[in-house]
Amino acid sequence: MIPLYARRRLTNRIIIGLSIAATGFGLLWLVMVLGTLLINGASAIGPALFVQMTPPPGSSGGLLNAIAGSLVMTGIATLIGTPTGILAGTFLAEYARGSQFGELVRFINDILLSAPSIIIGLFVYEAMVVRMGHFSAWAGAVALAIIMVPVIVRTTEDMLRLVPSALREAAAALGAPKWKVVVMVTYRAALQGMVTGVLLAIARISGETAPLLFTALNNQFWSTDLNRPMANLPVVIFQFAMSPYADWQVLAWGGALLITVSILVLNITARILAAWSSFKS
Amino acid sequence: MSAEIAIGRKGRAAGRHGAFGDAAFKTLTLAFAVLVLVVLAGVIASLVLGAAPALEHFGFNFLITEAWNPVTEKFGALAPVYGTLVTSAIAMLIGIPVAFGIALFITELCPNWLKRPLSIMIELLAAIPSIIYGIWGLFVLAPFVQEHIEPALIDTLGAVPGIGLLFQGPPLGIGVLTAGFILAIMVLPFISAVMRDVFETVPAVLRESTYALGAVVLPYARIGVFGGILLGLGRALGETMAVTFVIGNAHHIHASLLQPGTTISAALANEFTEAVGDLYLSSLIALGLILFVITFIVLALAKLLLIRLEKQAGS
Repeated sequence: MIPLYARRRLTNRIIIGLSIAATGFGLLWLVMVLGTLLINGASAIGPALFVQMTPPPGSSGGLLNAIAGSLVMTGIATLIGTPTGILAGTFLAEYARGSQFGELVRFINDILLSAPSIIIGLFVYEAMVVRMGHFSAWAGAVALAIIMVPVIVRTTEDMLRLVPSALREAAAALGAPKWKVVVMVTYRAALQGMVTGVLLAIARISGETAPLLFTALNNQFWSTDLNRPMANLPVVIFQFAMSPYADWQVLAWGGALLITVSILVLNITARILAAWSSFKS
Repeated sequence: MSAEIAIGRKGRAAGRHGAFGDAAFKTLTLAFAVLVLVVLAGVIASLVLGAAPALEHFGFNFLITEAWNPVTEKFGALAPVYGTLVTSAIAMLIGIPVAFGIALFITELCPNWLKRPLSIMIELLAAIPSIIYGIWGLFVLAPFVQEHIEPALIDTLGAVPGIGLLFQGPPLGIGVLTAGFILAIMVLPFISAVMRDVFETVPAVLRESTYALGAVVLPYARIGVFGGILLGLGRALGETMAVTFVIGNAHHIHASLLQPGTTISAALANEFTEAVGDLYLSSLIALGLILFVITFIVLALAKLLLIRLEKQAGS
């Protein structure tokens, strides 16, 4: 019996060792990626980055038009995606519990959640760019909105399901019609969770590049025309990083740092909100 | 009758108003739920319509042709499909054991106070966008792989007959192996998150009795673990920007993993806006259709397995 016990203890030690090594391996890359990003990006961050336009090759400049374009398209995507996602999520949580149709929507939504974003780009290209005859900021915003929706549907449904039925029943007993119960009681109870979902969805689309490549394209100049191609950070980073020009590569690092910091801030805010709401309940 | 009088006119009006509001609100939410299905239908329809000219022109040969020549307008999907499958396979080979180790450490071994911060840090790996991995891969990982890892691989494994074929040629840094490695890092958080959830659903009674017998909790969790792996695979197959940066974008199939290749998504990202001619564009969309079909099957399978697990845990 002793050798068996010793062998098991050895196996146990090996497995513990391996799993610690695996965790270290995972964390190592996080530190490496963020570290190099900070080192390379910091040198690019300066006032010029925020006040100058993207330069032609071989000269210095900033990312103002790209930053503005990203903000505009993310903003429009959020305005389209948030109500869409919340209403669809409401249907799943409040009207479709146990129904087959609800199961189907939930299933398809989860697949869209993980579907390659470049496919969404192709879809919007066919559906909007080809029809309109040109690349446009609208097409970019719609592509981003389509990527946001599944995230918001999912979190909205999950958060609404967490609201205790007793709350709904109490409101219904007071004579409130169901839609009022949902809007004035359930939404209010789940508000923080739903906001968390929207923030995570915005974080998700802030770095999305693939769906913008064939929709918003890119624009070297300042443009506020939503019917024309619009500059945006991810595509500018892609172009500049792949270019042979040192000035462009530095700007690409600066843009990359900018995007990552904003995504991390969004993520952390979302987490704090989520932790706060679970603490309250 | 008397009850009706008691409710009064005002009450009945409010009731009817409420019923109208209810129906309207329900229809509104239903419409947006239907919209989710419409998006999927739209994606399928646009891909099929866009791919039709290329598929009609090349027929089944499209799937088994390696050539990709915009000048002579000869296109085949074999090289990008091969690249997609091989990079994903490398990602799974590295990613699965590491994700398993992480999940095991977080659920079973690590002290309680470390659990949350550790989970959050691993999840942050998923929050970093693809393009950041791409730029990091191009400027940091690829040179490192070229200088240190690939020469070592060529000297050791490259000399072994058989698998040595996978490690031949000059160390370029850019290529299938580097792309697969970046994908492995990117799918880690997805796989380990599902595995972690699955391990945590193992009932305490079962866990304690298996401890008593000296066994592992794995058999119970097998379905869920497999679902998590498929979810990660679905991500790896469709990942675009990170791969585009480091794979080298060559429409060739090499036995060696150190050589440049391409994947479906990398080919789309690189060539789509520059594609001249209807047949070229249609061939690219056909690639997109193939990618969509593959990822749809993988993700659907993952989802079905995870649903089964949920039912099992619920019962």
